[in-house]
Amino acid sequence: MEAVKGKGFAEGMRDGIPIALGYLTVSFTLGIAMKNAGMTAFQGFMMSLVNLASAGEYAGLQVILSHGSYLQMALMTLVANARYLLMGCSFSQKFSPDTPYWQRLLCGYAITDELFALAIAQKGYLNPVYYYGATFISAAGWAFGTAAGVIAGNILPAWIASGLGTALYGMFLAIIIPGAKKDKAVLAVVLAGFLCSALSRILPVVSGIPEGTRIIIFTVLIAALAAVIKPVEEEEQS
Amino acid sequence: MSGNIWIYILVSGLVSFVIRNLPLTFIRKPITNRFIRSFLYYVPYATLALMTFPAIIYASAHPIAGAAAFAAGVVLAWKGKSLLTVSGSCCIVVLIIELLLH
Repeated sequence: MEAVKGKGFAEGMRDGIPIALGYLTVSFTLGIAMKNAGMTAFQGFMMSLVNLASAGEYAGLQVILSHGSYLQMALMTLVANARYLLMGCSFSQKFSPDTPYWQRLLCGYAITDELFALAIAQKGYLNPVYYYGATFISAAGWAFGTAAGVIAGNILPAWIASGLGTALYGMFLAIIIPGAKKDKAVLAVVLAGFLCSALSRILPVVSGIPEGTRIIIFTVLIAALAAVIKPVEEEEQS
Repeated sequence: MSGNIWIYILVSGLVSFVIRNLPLTFIRKPITNRFIRSFLYYVPYATLALMTFPAIIYASAHPIAGAAAFAAGVVLAWKGKSLLTVSGSCCIVVLIIELLLH
């Protein structure tokens, strides 16, 4: 096998530093939410290490909180991480055709919005070793930040912890609102999401369904409806 | 909380790993089906919207604080502020209002 030329592990770690710092703060608030779900610092550390996903882990937390089934956990994680399927398709084009499977799998573990953007920004084929470097430091920031959040959640008074936890929702808003501003169809999807979520808490029958399951059902319904009414153009996707 | 928290973690980790690696190993070619592409494009917006509101309002000790954080977050994100600014502001708004009501 011929190695792909390009930046190596050390450069990957260096380029991963800003990502790791961002992850440290985001995962800290996730850790506070995990503490509220009754998880320990080590459990939070492991949850973050194996998932490396903010929305995915938060979605999973809803299942843990509602004592849902393992199937619900699998579905919830699937829905919340569905966008990685799309990213994975573009990502696979960045590998030299002779990149072995095990290297693809190792890189695939760390497809996140930020690391994906870093990989796509590289010229030519991606050197997996460079990606390992960026992944190593980012995943460390993510996992240790989560553990620190759980610990802080245990120490801080409840009202301060819940205030810090609000930052997580702020991050979700920072992801969806700019998209809604650019694209009217996305705006409709976001508003439909807010409305369905609010109504489903009040309406009889629907409010009896566990929150995790409600999110799965409404996500599929809203996204499918939007895909039928307003299919995306080819150039809207990378 | 029962002892099966580790199984939850294992299940979520497996699903996360598989969904990321499916295209890298099996699909390899870009997805061409327009409905599936569109569906996957809208999914994150729908699911994040569902998880954010009204959960943000009930997350804090006082619903007023949560509602104010939601309004602040939407306005700042609409104005194109960075992720850290938006989330930090939500957090500060909640803390200030809760401190006043505490």
